[in-house]
This record gives sequence, structure tokens and C-alpha cells, in this order.
Amino acid sequence: MKSDLIMNFSVDKENKTVNIKREFNASLSNVWSAWTEPEILDQWWAPAPFKSKTKSMDFKEGGRRLYAMVSPEGNENWSFFEYTFISPKTNFKHTSTFCDADENPIPNFGSSLWDITFSEQGELTVVDIAIKRDTLAEIEQIIAMGFKEGFTSALQGLDKILEARK
Amino acid sequence: MKRDIFQAIADPTRRAILVLISANSLTPNAIAEQFNTTRQAVSKHIKILNECELLEEKKMGREIYYQLKIDKMKEIEQWLEQFKKIWESRFSQLDQVLMNLKSKENEI
Repeated sequence: MKSDLIMNFSVDKENKTVNIKREFNASLSNVWSAWTEPEILDQWWAPAPFKSKTKSMDFKEGGRRLYAMVSPEGNENWSFFEYTFISPKTNFKHTSTFCDADENPIPNFGSSLWDITFSEQGELTVVDIAIKRDTLAEIEQIIAMGFKEGFTSALQGLDKILEARK
Repeated sequence: MKRDIFQAIADPTRRAILVLISANSLTPNAIAEQFNTTRQAVSKHIKILNECELLEEKKMGREIYYQLKIDKMKEIEQWLEQFKKIWESRFSQLDQVLMNLKSKENEI
């Protein structure tokens, strides 16, 4: 189904930026909704078996999204986004900060800066993501959150689904 | 003390040291000469890199030479690969969500 959709992933260590580009076989307005409406966002944001749980979201400049990545054991890893720029169906920018359930930032982690651009390319919609950090600490944090294990089991889950479809 | 390998690459000076010693084995003095900081500061970075188990130490006469343990650096590459896979997993879920949105539109 989606094997022909192109994804580019590159890491610019010099600028501490991860760049991700992906095509989607959907209209620009649906892709925009999927990224900006909490009910839809929660359906795909967390890689299985994690679940995304948005506690509050105010999608406007200066507004925030507070959400948790919930592990299968029920551990909650909270973050908040703060939207700094929104140009509907074109681009939005936000900071991302690890925090506790009450939105208190976890000390010494700083924030990452996200810049997400949407464009139409014929029938497809292209999303271009740049994630910039002061340090590579976010990657450390992801490891600490146990994504490594979580992800391995997610892949096994995917294998099962693919297997069942054969 | 053992450290997480990501502490090694979290600092620009340490990344520069890793680049230097990936090409040549160098003494602490030769490494320090490349930077505008104090020798003590460079020694501290070397100590951290050592604790991340990224350095191979060779003694030649009175001098110690440091070289990069290439295998350890591969852990970082593997980690970035995992990070990439997290996004792939996310996106295949998003593909499914978008398909559902489309079929809902068609119902209306």
C-alpha cells in the first residue's frame, strides 16, 4: 500500500538537527488535520505499543499541547509543545519540552525546536520536519524512556500483522 | 565510572576530539594543541570519552596515544537508526489514520 511513499531521514550532527521528509497519499487538509487535531494525533503519534494521550491542546500561537507517551505497563512520559508560529495548511513551529504531569519541565533537558512544513505534490502531500536541539539529549531521553525495548516489540507486532496479511 | 555513550557526542569539543582520533592515534598534548581551551579542559573531555569506553589506549615509551574504538561509535549510528524506525512506525500508523479519514469523507 505505502511502500512507494518516500521517506528521507538525515541527521545533521553539526547543527544538531534531524530532518525527516515523508510523502502521504492523502489531501493536504487531511494531513494538516492529522497533525493539528488532538483526537486524530493521538491515533498515530506514539509508536505502538506506546499510546499517545493528549491532556490538553490549544492549537494557536502561544498555545500548548500537553501529552504523555504511555508505555504498555502504564508509565507516562510527559511532554509539552508550545506553538510559536502557525500558518494554516503550510507550516507550524513549536518547542518540545519533557515535563511532569503538571507541565513542570524536567531540569537540564532544555527543549527542542520543531519546524514542520506541508506542501501538495500532485495527489500527494509532503511533510518536511526539522527537529533541532541544543544537545543530543533528546535521544538520550528517548533511550531512558525505554523506547528501545518498546520499539523492538512494536516491530515484532508489525511483523505479525504483515504475516497475517500474506 | 561507566557513562552513556551519548554523553560523548553531546559536547562539541568531544565530537571534535572523536573526529581527530578517528584518523590518527594522538597523545593528550597533540589533542590539546588543536583547541583553544586549557589542557585541563581537554583532559577532562578525554576522561569522559574514556569513561564512555570510546578510547583505545596505547602506551609507546613514556607517551599515551589515544585512538577511537570504532565499534563503540557504531552504537550511536544504530541508535539513530532506531530513531528513524520510530518515525517509520509513526508514519505507517498515520497512513492508516489518513486512509480512515478518506473513507469517512467518501461515506458523506
